[in-house]
Amino acid sequence: MYLYDDLDRTLVAERVAEFRDQVARRLSGELTEDEFKPLRLMNGVYLQLHAYMLRTAIPYGTLSSAQMRMLAHVARRYDRGYGHFTTRQNIQYHWIKLAELPDAMADLASVGMHGMQTSGNCVRNITTDQWAGVAPDEIEDPRVWAEIVRQHVTLHPEFSFLPRKFKIAVGASSHDRAALRIHDLALRLYRNGAGELGFEAMVGGGLGRTPFLAKTIKPFLHKRDILSYVEAVLRTYNEFGRRDNIYKARIKILVHELGAEAFAKEVEAEWQNIKDGTLALDPGAFADIASRFHYPAYERLDDSPRELTDARRADRLFDSWIGNSVIDHKVPGYAIVTLSLKPEGGTPGDATAEQMDAIADLADRYSFGEIRVGHEQNLVLPHVARRDLLPLWRALDAIGVATPNVGLVSDIISCPGLDYCSLANARSIPIAQEITRRFRDHNLARELGRLHVNISGCINACGHHHVGHIGILGVEKNGEEFYQISLGGKGDEDAKLGTLLGPAVPYAQVADVIEDIVAAYVELRERPDELFIDTVKRTGIEPFKERVYAAR
Amino acid sequence: MPLVKAGRIVDDPYVRALDDAPIPDGVPVIVPGPRFLADASELVARDAPVGVLWPNDRRAAELEPWLGDLALIALVFPKFRDGRAYSQARLLRERYGFRGELRATGEVLRDQFQFLIRAGFDAFEVKKQADARVFTEAAARFSVFYQPSTDGRLPALRHRLRGGGPAVKARETL
Repeated sequence: MYLYDDLDRTLVAERVAEFRDQVARRLSGELTEDEFKPLRLMNGVYLQLHAYMLRTAIPYGTLSSAQMRMLAHVARRYDRGYGHFTTRQNIQYHWIKLAELPDAMADLASVGMHGMQTSGNCVRNITTDQWAGVAPDEIEDPRVWAEIVRQHVTLHPEFSFLPRKFKIAVGASSHDRAALRIHDLALRLYRNGAGELGFEAMVGGGLGRTPFLAKTIKPFLHKRDILSYVEAVLRTYNEFGRRDNIYKARIKILVHELGAEAFAKEVEAEWQNIKDGTLALDPGAFADIASRFHYPAYERLDDSPRELTDARRADRLFDSWIGNSVIDHKVPGYAIVTLSLKPEGGTPGDATAEQMDAIADLADRYSFGEIRVGHEQNLVLPHVARRDLLPLWRALDAIGVATPNVGLVSDIISCPGLDYCSLANARSIPIAQEITRRFRDHNLARELGRLHVNISGCINACGHHHVGHIGILGVEKNGEEFYQISLGGKGDEDAKLGTLLGPAVPYAQVADVIEDIVAAYVELRERPDELFIDTVKRTGIEPFKERVYAAR
Repeated sequence: MPLVKAGRIVDDPYVRALDDAPIPDGVPVIVPGPRFLADASELVARDAPVGVLWPNDRRAAELEPWLGDLALIALVFPKFRDGRAYSQARLLRERYGFRGELRATGEVLRDQFQFLIRAGFDAFEVKKQADARVFTEAAARFSVFYQPSTDGRLPALRHRLRGGGPAVKARETL
């Protein structure tokens, strides 16, 4: 956990006071909605179809149990008893009243949480691997870097009114679990040939109506230069990013129009001017931030405790949950446990206040009081002693978050869609719910193996459909909901955008089409362990296309 | 539109001479960027201060040869959410060393005051009278800053390293 000190707390409290003033001016009519809009957006407040929506940042996806309880409190007190975890390590409340927003924010501020820069044309919440600090394949905890960057860009006087939103992700392991290449700026920590640690900087990734994967513009950046380089990228974007057309305002369009090489040159020229100035990071500054990340006092524990091996043998359901939702921790005797927020017929990423409270209690009991939020919209207990897995599983099962479908076909990423969002063209949630019903048999789902289904209710692609193994995009045709299906997308270290399968299909046919695609895969795969994504890569989309459209 | 300098609403001594308007003698004047560049040597030789209204889509570096002669640079916020002039301001102050008046014009609301000051502005054509009146208060909303900027304030990271702990008044904490 990163522990806030008085400086951090003061800043958040001052932000709440500022927002209270802004809301009062809006309510009194002193501010028009047009003037209020950029102010509320920068505090994560959207006006949606039915009400205001509040998006709260969970920086780099790490939550304490006290923070989780506060999220439950806000859900209960100001919303309708639930919250929605998003693909960007945020939580959204969809039914907040404007007049109560400052109070909700003050409550969140009491545990060091806020909605700063979760929306608007500024640098958004910095995201990273949800297993940061515990993953065996990690070089260094990327959250320390994410925090250094987060602080630098928070209420930045120069970059709070960029051409468009700006998303930064930080990764530090060989497997990319932070979807780096779909970010405006991605920083990947790695060790170069000379054995030095530094960052690869990639820019211009993003989905939406013009999807691009980020391109490397700086193959190796010394750690000391991270802030000056971020500053140079942002300044170049602020000055030259397009502002004439909202759809062409993201940095990906600037990078595309200039060319990655020319863009890199602009950044480099700017960076040379500032790299040895006040932004150069000294080891003391790094050490200070790092020192405020607290790690559990792990015990020396058996990696295969008797109670675990016995229980796995005795209970097949428990055993299949272990096989699906529990992975290795870097410390022997401990495990990383994923809590599925994708129950059959549920809304992906939703959790009730009761679930949040219960998860906070379980985190205190079994995970050193810590919880993580991942971009797949599931939660994680990152430090569970293996000997405790059986009682934990029972408790998780009792509150409905032990569905053994992590990474499987029913572990669907979905945006809120037309049920909530004023931008959406089509519903996402009911599509996700129907697919989870079709694939309710966990044994079947397990045999299908890893398969990511991502659903967006409009071209803005909040459900990351371009990088789903199966991507579903809602569009509107003559007032009706239609869905484009794409195959072969990936959001990991071999990121790839999916290929459109064919004409869009109507709402009522989507789940059937997904079943057809899955059936085609089962016939086409060469071995039972050839993953869906590998079959698509080998065969291309043609056989899938035939299967889906022959009968339609 | 009230002009705020040093925290107070003041009279504006400058006259704007747009495009082809005649330039009055002996009076401080602000001219648009293209006009200034076209007649720069003549304009700076006048016996009264000259300022330029610089568009936000041209590099501030173009003004570099004239910075010692310019008394004022007015930068533009055509919309509240168009933040290009923040970068121009910082570059003029930090890189090119401009010491004259740096004025924010256009959609200038109280919610930008502190950002503007931090980016190096020292004069503000405020859109609303009510905002101009609360300038001092609105310009002091935040007492903690996470990043260095033109105003030279110590960012939180440096405060911590100095070991002095928070340089702000103790507030209600967790």
